[in-house]
Amino acid sequence: MLKRVASALAGLACLVAASLPAAAEYPERPITMIVPFAAGGPTDIIARIVGEHMAKTLGQAVVVENVAGAGGTTGSTRAAQAKPDGYTIMMGHMGTHGAAPALYPNLKYDPAKDFAPVGLAAGTPILIVAKKDFPAKDLKEFVAYVKANEGKVNEAHAGVGSVSFTTCTLLQSIMGTKTGRVAYRGTGPVLNDLVAGQVDFACDQIVNLVSQIQSGNIKVYAIATEQRSDTLPNVPTSKEAGLPEFQVSAWNAIFAPKGTAPEIVAKLNAALVKALDDENTRKRLLELGSVIPDTAGRSSDALHKLVESEVARWTPVLKAAGVTAN
Amino acid sequence: MTDLVSNLSLGLQVALSLKNLGLCFLGCLIGTLIGVLPGVGPIATITMLLPITFGLDPVGALIMLAGIYYGAQYGGSTTAILVNIPGEATSVVTTLDGHQMAKQGRAGVALGIAAIGSFIAGCVATVIIAAMAAPLTKMALLFGPADYFSLMVLGLMFAVVLARGSVVKAIGVILVGILLSTVGTDLESGEERLTFGWSEISDGLDVAVVAMGMFGFAEILRNLESTQARDVVHAAIGNLLPNRKDFGQAAAPIARGTILGSILGLLPGNGAVLGPFASYTLEKKLAKDGSRFGKGAIEGVAGPESANNAGAQTAFIPLLTLGIPPNAVMALMVGAMTIHGIVPGPQIMTKQPQLFWGMIASMWIGNLMLLIINLPLIGLWVRLLKVPYRLMFPSIVLLCCIGIYSINNSPTEVIMTAGFGIFGYALLKFGLEPAPLLLGFVLGRLMEEKLRQALVISRGSFSTFVDCQLWSGACARPLSTGLLVLSAIIVVIAVLPSIRKSRDEVFVED
Repeated sequence: MLKRVASALAGLACLVAASLPAAAEYPERPITMIVPFAAGGPTDIIARIVGEHMAKTLGQAVVVENVAGAGGTTGSTRAAQAKPDGYTIMMGHMGTHGAAPALYPNLKYDPAKDFAPVGLAAGTPILIVAKKDFPAKDLKEFVAYVKANEGKVNEAHAGVGSVSFTTCTLLQSIMGTKTGRVAYRGTGPVLNDLVAGQVDFACDQIVNLVSQIQSGNIKVYAIATEQRSDTLPNVPTSKEAGLPEFQVSAWNAIFAPKGTAPEIVAKLNAALVKALDDENTRKRLLELGSVIPDTAGRSSDALHKLVESEVARWTPVLKAAGVTAN
Repeated sequence: MTDLVSNLSLGLQVALSLKNLGLCFLGCLIGTLIGVLPGVGPIATITMLLPITFGLDPVGALIMLAGIYYGAQYGGSTTAILVNIPGEATSVVTTLDGHQMAKQGRAGVALGIAAIGSFIAGCVATVIIAAMAAPLTKMALLFGPADYFSLMVLGLMFAVVLARGSVVKAIGVILVGILLSTVGTDLESGEERLTFGWSEISDGLDVAVVAMGMFGFAEILRNLESTQARDVVHAAIGNLLPNRKDFGQAAAPIARGTILGSILGLLPGNGAVLGPFASYTLEKKLAKDGSRFGKGAIEGVAGPESANNAGAQTAFIPLLTLGIPPNAVMALMVGAMTIHGIVPGPQIMTKQPQLFWGMIASMWIGNLMLLIINLPLIGLWVRLLKVPYRLMFPSIVLLCCIGIYSINNSPTEVIMTAGFGIFGYALLKFGLEPAPLLLGFVLGRLMEEKLRQALVISRGSFSTFVDCQLWSGACARPLSTGLLVLSAIIVVIAVLPSIRKSRDEVFVED
């Protein structure tokens, strides 16, 4: 099935490419990279860091355009419907290209079918954190405590459709719990009330949490990646801590609209790969706590598979939680 | 104390370098020029200009951004005074007396006192940040969702009690405002509310759209009614700067506004928005002759403008000491820091003292520059009022449209603004006031959010807001209880007929 979709996509792309003038000189003008979130957020920052180096390789500026709204689906819709000439690409992420079909029944794009995947840029690990006087000592105790005190414990998240919401929905479904879920607008207020002890626990991206953890304002139980993070070497992985099913990363990846010529996609992918090998770019991404994909994970094919597996993974979890964001 | 001096001198060294001084000036200037576009408030201005700071070093970038922020903040007040268009929610109050002053030929005085009041408030707030940032941080953490909800209730009570005319009308208008604030995606369930399947408003209505329509466009429509009204604004120019008598009247309101604004600015979730409203209410209550308010009282400009700027400044405290942004503008600042490889957090003060103190020093310098930029500009702004109305109103409409369009690159929002213009005009014709509606709109969203958060935490028990036992005096939520009691007292005062007779008119439109 996977292969069939992929080959159908490739075939379609060839057709469109054949009808276009030779794309040999691509790019001859600046490329717009749509970021479907506000400037300054984790996805925006990764887009700007990677885009800066890609621009050097491509010989044209990569201009970031922030089109925020509706959990990133507004900007993604615009990118899906853009002219597939390689001059409009986007930085999508776990939400827009994984969770969105389950959350938005009226979604105007199909993450797997309406895009030509370029490549994975960077993943942001997810942490399980709690207020500093939360009684549990480690993840096992945490799970036991939350299960025993479902009616008392409160989770905070940054709004339906946000990374913190989707990942904690997964956590709750793995633990088999239904605690209070307090909705905030954005990560800032979540952190504020977590530090103040108004709410008990949350899941979020490492970049938002590092400084609060290092200064002891909040507790951390696990990092949901295969390996420990260099930024927080003392934090056990969810596997080590006894919750191996909780493997999740807020991945960010570049997509072009469906029908973009394969040569252009290949050129963009090559520029992305080069950026991810650049020492300075790597350093800046690692400072954020990001995980840079290995060589095998950077290809267009790998991204295509990731999108399909993520949609398949999130749909049942979110449907079971009974939420839509539409 | 010696610590403070040495810290500040370190900060000044950083901020006074030629490059940083230049960036600060450039930021203030660009911020003022873009912020003066009607409808373009600080958030829109910073979003637009954020990318240009990415090429700078972290300290320089933050200094420039802070400058843009102050500039945009002040720019909103300029349009509020000159053409009755608030750039954002916090300058709504300034339209009440500021624009009246302009109509009386005292636009220069109003602009001048706004600039000077803002400067004094900014200086005081900077000292507060430098000296007491760490202890004050605790205050931001004291306010849980329940307390915050009660604070919003108190805020709405101000509007109910002090709006002109009947209490019923005031409450009605506020409720419409709250209703408008519920448009968009539900925070908890993700369902769309009141959007009628229209995806353009699935994220809710933009405050700039509502404010510009109901103030800017409605004001223009009303001015078109009679030839007489069109010419009042440029009848006389009068003094360009406030004189000694003006200063005498404005001094105490500036001081009180600074204190109120500083405290409210600390609160998470945009508490600063209450500052100008609270200050206006207070000044009106304290004034010997409250009836002057709404007819061009200088206190009604000086107090709220100072509160506005003080709040804008102290809003930096939770960001600088905790690394937690209290509002959308500060969230953008966090983004700017992260992109430069600085992770904002509690360690910034110790790990990067140059950045921390450099920024604080630049706040003061920024405020000074704002004064230097704006005082000479007053003459220019005031002269703009001399432009004949037949030329002025199309240009205002055009600028409004550009401003609204540039916020989200959305043509739909421009049309929606026009719709709110007609709505606002209808309200004026029925003798209803737009200012309480806008306050309801701004506070409504926060109020609902906090109400629902508090109720999820308490598992649906409303007693969480007044969790007190009278006999033992034990109080789980003293702040929330206190604020609600205060709100109740205000309502009682409002309904007592004897007091009602002298009920003041805060939101007087003309």
